[in-house]
Amino acid sequence: MTTRTTASFEIKYHQYLDADGKATQELPAFAKDMDKMRSLYRDMALLRAFDAKAYALQRTGKMGTFPASLGQEAIGIGYGDAMTEKDVLVPYYRSTGALLKHGVSMKEILLYWGGNEDGSDYAVAKEDFPICVPIANQIIHCAGVAKAMQMRGEKRAAATEIGEGGTSEGDFYEGINVAGIWNLGCVFMVNNNQWAISVPTEIQTACETYAQKAIAAGIEGVQVDGNDIIAVKQMAEYAFEKARNGGGPTLIEAITYRLCDHTTADDASRYDDPAVKEEAWKNEPMVRLRKYLEANNAWTDADEDSMKAEIAAEVDAAVKEYEAHPKPGAELMFDHLYAELPEMTKPQREAALALQAKGAK
Amino acid sequence: MAAITLIEAVNAALAYELEHDQDVVLFGEDVGKNGGVFRATDGLQKKYGEDRVIDSPLAESMIAGLAVGMAAQGLKPVAEMQFMGFIFPAVDQIFGQAARMRHRTRGRLTMPMVIRAPFGGGIHAPEHHSESTEALFAHIPGLKVVIPSNPSRAYGLMLAAIRDPDPVIFLEPKRVYRIVKHEVEDNGEEYPLEACFVDREGSDITLISWGAMMHETNIAAEKLAAEGIDAEVIDVATVSPIDMDTILESVRKTGRVCIVQEAPKSGAVGSEIAAEIAEHAIMSLLAPIGRVSGYDTVMPYYKLEKQYMPTVDRILDEARKIMEYK
Repeated sequence: MTTRTTASFEIKYHQYLDADGKATQELPAFAKDMDKMRSLYRDMALLRAFDAKAYALQRTGKMGTFPASLGQEAIGIGYGDAMTEKDVLVPYYRSTGALLKHGVSMKEILLYWGGNEDGSDYAVAKEDFPICVPIANQIIHCAGVAKAMQMRGEKRAAATEIGEGGTSEGDFYEGINVAGIWNLGCVFMVNNNQWAISVPTEIQTACETYAQKAIAAGIEGVQVDGNDIIAVKQMAEYAFEKARNGGGPTLIEAITYRLCDHTTADDASRYDDPAVKEEAWKNEPMVRLRKYLEANNAWTDADEDSMKAEIAAEVDAAVKEYEAHPKPGAELMFDHLYAELPEMTKPQREAALALQAKGAK
Repeated sequence: MAAITLIEAVNAALAYELEHDQDVVLFGEDVGKNGGVFRATDGLQKKYGEDRVIDSPLAESMIAGLAVGMAAQGLKPVAEMQFMGFIFPAVDQIFGQAARMRHRTRGRLTMPMVIRAPFGGGIHAPEHHSESTEALFAHIPGLKVVIPSNPSRAYGLMLAAIRDPDPVIFLEPKRVYRIVKHEVEDNGEEYPLEACFVDREGSDITLISWGAMMHETNIAAEKLAAEGIDAEVIDVATVSPIDMDTILESVRKTGRVCIVQEAPKSGAVGSEIAAEIAEHAIMSLLAPIGRVSGYDTVMPYYKLEKQYMPTVDRILDEARKIMEYK
């Protein structure tokens, strides 16, 4: 039988720094700006310190369930750094890095995980979505936001993030598919951290890559070393510029390893191989960036010490603000349900307030 | 002013809002060039352009999720589910996102969106095309569920739904899409949501219904009148949140209640109305509350749908039984 090839694809993998912090190819201009690279290193260090504090708060009963980003800091910090304040972030539960970069405060993030909706009433990032917990819904929201921007002729982008497991959801494909058809200004980040809670990537897909899922939506899909912040930022900047200027969506698969539990409610030692994890620690994103900075005479032990002290003080100050934030009153169950509370529901509000007045907590 | 059908009234209201509010955008499967499988959006793409009346890919969760994204940006999306029976993939986005967004952001992001869906039985449709599942949506805080019963209400309530700052599930009783014509003035005047309509005043019994069943309920009221029974007829129209004041006022007057719904009997909008009446007006009741409904069964294929759905005779039987109670 004679055939002809009607379509074919290839997926490109991008890396600039290897695990030893050595350049694997000519670096982009921003990577030679040591002030910039120091500040990205600091951003990652802040995220790691924040995560550790959040874990401690949960363990001591001062906060609810929390998903850390340990080992994955280069992703959120990298694409978050490529965003401008005009872009819109549609975060999922492990987007702490991008949220912080986009102006959401540590206090707000703690409030959210501490069970208070005030945490999603962002003071700065007014158009950003609250954290999406149902898997993959956010992919479609990102397309909807980008559609609104496109209809208004705005040069802005919408960005979202999802775990590799989330790409198995229908909403993932439905979202990237419509973004492709309508050429929407979306940046889809896939945090491939090898684990969907306890399910490893080998039993999540038969695809060789997650990036190639983009091909089925007719959009560009690329892989980056998710532990290399230069690669993440470089590719994200390309994708955001493209998105803002009518070039359509991009899917970026950032390959990393979840060095932490899925959340504070999980125990990864039940399924993760310690030998594999030990190996993964050698690839984590902060060590290689520090080596790169040191090799360029841009970082010293003294810098590390003073940075850590500064960060600890910042995180502690945020925790104090979080702890000082008043508990919401029962009226807040009702007051933002609709623009106006239905007549039928008003007696329930009164009843809840009466119980609160009698001391219900 | 022209006499138009319910579906023409839906079309007229959509056109009015497209004309007068640049933030309104329509999308869904086949809504553009084809004008919708029932023609609810007929001619709108031609008039308002492909940018505002958009044929979407075939994916219901995506349709609802896009509306969430667009509404968060301040647009007023009106999305069509081609049939209520296909809405279930979109429930994740409607319940989990649209209904909650205002609450979870303390009012920062709001959802001025409408999801339209034709629903209900009686047109000999294939499987999955005939169910009445309004109670599923009525159960979810943060949503409004609106069901027009005639052309003028379809026009006025659709305008209100689009202008409402919160997500509205707008269910169109397709059996009565073309059953009657009303003189409807295309003047942009909306009808209130969360308000019942009293179709007929009466003093002996209150008949309560909504959607397509208003047709049978009003016929039953006329027949009861011929028997000397003076029925008050209430069209609930917004089945969540319900205007209980109008219903309770009527019940206190008549003391007898018959609720008519096409949906299965249990866990339904009618159940909620009965419970509210029991809570707030039980001492006014002269007889137990009666219900005429679909059965608690799977909606049958069309060979049996007439036997499934409430009829004028079933309403009359129940109403007479309630009247005879002493």
